[in-house]
Amino acid sequence: MIEKKESLKEYKDRLDTALENDFLRTAMDNFAVAYRTSRRNAFSEMDVDAVIRDVAAVKADAVKNNEHLLDQFSKKAVENGIQVHMAETAKDANRIIAQIAEQTHSKKIVKSKSMTAEEIHLNQWLENEGIEVTETDLGEWIVQLRKEGPSHMVMPAIHLSRYQVADLFTDVTKVAQDAEIEKLVKVARRQLRKKYIEADMGITGANYVIAQTGTLGIATNEGNARLVSTLPRVHVALVGIDKLLPTIKEALTINRILPRNATGQAITSYVTWITGPSECKTAPEQKREMHIVFLDNGRKKMAQDPVFAQVLQCVRCGACANVCPVYRMVGGHQLGHIYIGAIGLITTYFFHGRQNAKHLVQNCTNCGACKAVCAGGIDLPKLIKEIHAKIQDEEGHPLKSLLLGKVLKNRKLFHTLLKTASIAQKPVTAGTPYLRHLPMIFSKEHNFRILPAITQKPFRDRFKTLYTPVKKPSCKIALFSGCVQDFVYPEQLEAAMKLFKQANVSVEFPFDQSCCGLPALMMGEKDAAKDVGLQNIKAFKKQGVDYIVTLCASCASHLKNHVPDLVKNYAPEDAAEFSEKVMVFSQFIRRIIGIDHIKPTTFPRKTAFHSPCHLCRGLGIANDPKKVIAQSGHDYIKTDEEETCCGFGGSFSANFPSVSKEILNKKLMDVENSGADLLVTECPGCVMQLRGGALKKNQKIDVRHISEIIQS
Amino acid sequence: MSEKKIISEFVEKASMVSAIVHGVTGMEDALEKTIQICREKLPCENLMPADSNSSGKKNLAAPNMDEFHYGKLQMLCEKHGITLIKEGVRNFPGGIDMGVTMMDYGIAETGTLVLNSDSEETRLATMLCETHVAIVDKAHIRKTALEMSDELNEMTVKPSSYTAFITGASRTADIERVLALGVHGPLELHIMLIEGD
Ligand code: SF4
Ligand code: SF4
Repeated sequence: MIEKKESLKEYKDRLDTALENDFLRTAMDNFAVAYRTSRRNAFSEMDVDAVIRDVAAVKADAVKNNEHLLDQFSKKAVENGIQVHMAETAKDANRIIAQIAEQTHSKKIVKSKSMTAEEIHLNQWLENEGIEVTETDLGEWIVQLRKEGPSHMVMPAIHLSRYQVADLFTDVTKVAQDAEIEKLVKVARRQLRKKYIEADMGITGANYVIAQTGTLGIATNEGNARLVSTLPRVHVALVGIDKLLPTIKEALTINRILPRNATGQAITSYVTWITGPSECKTAPEQKREMHIVFLDNGRKKMAQDPVFAQVLQCVRCGACANVCPVYRMVGGHQLGHIYIGAIGLITTYFFHGRQNAKHLVQNCTNCGACKAVCAGGIDLPKLIKEIHAKIQDEEGHPLKSLLLGKVLKNRKLFHTLLKTASIAQKPVTAGTPYLRHLPMIFSKEHNFRILPAITQKPFRDRFKTLYTPVKKPSCKIALFSGCVQDFVYPEQLEAAMKLFKQANVSVEFPFDQSCCGLPALMMGEKDAAKDVGLQNIKAFKKQGVDYIVTLCASCASHLKNHVPDLVKNYAPEDAAEFSEKVMVFSQFIRRIIGIDHIKPTTFPRKTAFHSPCHLCRGLGIANDPKKVIAQSGHDYIKTDEEETCCGFGGSFSANFPSVSKEILNKKLMDVENSGADLLVTECPGCVMQLRGGALKKNQKIDVRHISEIIQS
Repeated sequence: MSEKKIISEFVEKASMVSAIVHGVTGMEDALEKTIQICREKLPCENLMPADSNSSGKKNLAAPNMDEFHYGKLQMLCEKHGITLIKEGVRNFPGGIDMGVTMMDYGIAETGTLVLNSDSEETRLATMLCETHVAIVDKAHIRKTALEMSDELNEMTVKPSSYTAFITGASRTADIERVLALGVHGPLELHIMLIEGD
C-alpha cells in the first residue's frame, strides 16, 4: 500500500520498473487480448450499447434518488431487525465496525472481497485493534498475505505468477507447495475453511442494495461471500451509498451486464440475496446479528455535483482497466491508488486526496477506450481531464502548462513562435526533415521516435497559391488545419487540396483559426481551451460554408465533442452551429463528394490502417476511411490492434515517454506481423508518433496520412 | 420461446459452466442417480481433520426434501452404507460428500438455479459439500431472471430470507486467470431435470 507522498519522479520510476517486469507485461497483454474476445462473445446475443444504456439510466436515476432510497432501505432494514449505521467518513466506518466487533466479542473476522473496505483501509484498522482479519477471496487473500493492495478490481492478484503464489503459500503453510494452480487452489480451500469455522464475524460488501425490500445482493464466483455470511454469528455489510437501487428489477438489469463486462462471463457462479438477519444455529434465538454500515465518504456531495455525479454510476466491473492501453503496459498498482483504471484516476482524488491523485491523473492518453466499454455510461476521459484541471487550479498550474495556455490564447504570438522555432531548429535538423538531435527541452528518453521538424513554410502561407476559386462549386467548405498539419505536415493538406479541386469544392481558409484547444485541455488548461474554442468559432462564423473539414481526427473530435461544452456559458448557439458542420476528411469524401473522385493506384501496397482513437471512438467513424482505402486501390489488411491507441496522446507522450514508447512498440509490431508495408491513418499526431517510431526502429513501414495515398 | 426451447437453452448454458445435466424419468430415478454419483465419487477430503467426527462412511445431506422422498432416499442410503444428514450440517466443517437440494427455479439464459436458502441447513448443504446435486422441475425453468422478477421479489421480500442463484460449481481464476473449480464450495454440480406432477 503506497501511503507516502510520492514525487513525479518516483512515480515515473515505479512505471519504469513495471515496464521491465516481464511477467507482468505478458500477463497484462494476454489479458487485454483475451478480454476483447470474451467480452465480444458475452454480448453476442444482445445489443451491447442498448443494454449498457439501460444500466447507465438505472444508475443515474438511483443516484438522483439516493437520499430517498437510503431512507426507504433503512426503514425496511430496521423493521427486519438489521442494525443500520451511517458513516460519514472512512474513519467513522472503521470506528463503527471496530465497535461492533468489540460489542460482539469478535476476535476473528473473515471477509469477502469488498472494494469499499479497501477504500477505507478497514483491515489495517481492525488489525491495529488486535483483531485477526482474513480475506477469503483467493486473490484478495493472496494480496493480503503479500501486504499489497489489489491490482484489479475484479482480479486482485492478476499481477502475480503461480510461482510467486507457490512461494507465498510455502511460507504460510511451512510446507513446500508446487506451482500448480489446481493444487494451490486446494491449499487455499483447506487453509481458509478453518478460518470460516473459527470466525466470530463475517464482513461482506454488496453489489446491490435494494431499498424496497431491504435486501443485499452479492455476486461472487468462489462462493466465499455465502460462507462469510452463513458460518459466523455476526454479519457486517459495508456498502457505499451509491449501491442503492429501488427494486430487485434494477439489480437484475445490472447483474445481466456486470459480469459480462467484467470478465466476459454471463453470470457469476453465485449471486446471493440476503434480506437478513438469516438463520444461524449458533447465535442466540438462532438469528445472526446483522449490521449494515453505509459509507458516505464524499459520495453525498458528489451526488449533488453537476459534473461528477456520474462517477457514482460506476458498478465496479473493472472494464475501464481491461481496455486501457496504459493499464496494459504498467498494471494496476501503477494505474490506481485503491480503485484501478480510469475510474481510479478519478475517484482517487475524492477518496484518497490530491496527493495520491496528482501524478496518476496525468497518466492517460485520452484514448477513450474506457468510455466505450463503461457499464455505467460514464464519460471517463472527460472527468479525468476535469480532475487534472481541478488539481492544477488548487495547487497552482505548472509553468509548462501555464505558458502553453498563455501562448495558445494569443494566436499571433503562438504562430510567431512556431515560425521562429522553424528557424531555430535548423542547426539541429542538419538540413533533413527530421530532428536528428532533439532540442534541449526534450530529454533523452524521448528518443524512442524521430520527431519531424517544423516546416519552413506553413500551410497558411501556401494556401493562396494552392487554391483558385471555383465557379458553381459542388459544395462550400472551410478548412480547419490544426497546428500539426499547418506547421509540420502541410503536404497532407496539399494532397487534400488536389482532391477538393477535382471535386470542384469551394474552399475557404480562415486565417484567424488557431489550435483546436485539445492540447490545452490535455494539460489541464481548461480556461485556455475555452478561449481558443471561442476564437475558432468566431473565425469560422462569417464563412457561410456548408461544412468545416479537417484532416485531423483529434481536432474534429475535440471541436465536435468538447468545444460546445467548454463554451456553453458563452456562445452555446454559435458553438452548436459550428460543431454541427465539422467533418473529418474521409467522412467528407465518402458522404459528401463521393469516393469516385479517387483514382485507383496502379501500384497497390499491403496497407494496414491505424484508426485514431478520436476517429473510431471520439467520432464513431469506422467505415469511411476503409472505403477510401479500398477506392485508392491499395490492399487493406486488418490488424488486431487497429483501434488500439498508438500512445501519442499529445502531452501524454511528453510526460510519460517510457509508457508511450511501449504502447507504440506494441502497435508497430502488430503492423509488422501483418505483413503490411504501408500504414495509413487520419491524424497528424498519430503520423508523428507512428512514423517516428518506425524510422527509429528501422521498420519497413511507410506511415502516411490517408490524404497522401489517394490520387485524384 | 417454447418450453422445449427454454429447457434446451438451460441445458446448454448450464453445461457451458461445467454443470452436468441429467435427464431423468422422475423423482425416483433422480434419487437413484444421485446415490450412484455419490457411490462413484472419491471419498470426501476432510479439510479439518482435527474436528473430524467422521465414521469413515460417505455422507449426504438432503435438508429440504419432502418427507416422502426423504424416506426413499433414506432407504437407498441405508442400502449403500451412506450416512444421510437432515440437520446439523454445521457439525461437518471439514466437508461432506454430497448435498442434495430441491431447487425452486431454473433460469435458461444463464443456466442458473434459484434456491430458497432461508434455512441454514440448506445453505450449508450446498456450500460444504464436494458434490452438489440440484433437482429442478422442468416446469419451473424461466427464460431470464428479469422475466421472473415478481417471483424473485416474493422470495426476497420475506424478512430473514436468503436466496441463492447458483450457476455451475464454485470457481476462481485468480491465479494467472486459469480457471479452477471448487475453491470454497462444491467441486462439481449435477443438475437433475424432473417432470413435475
Ligand atoms: S482514456 Fe484511454 S488511457 Fe485514459 S484512462 Fe481511458 S482507456 Fe486509459
Ligand atoms: S467506471 Fe465504468 S467501466 Fe470502470 S469499473 Fe466503473 S462501471 Fe466499470
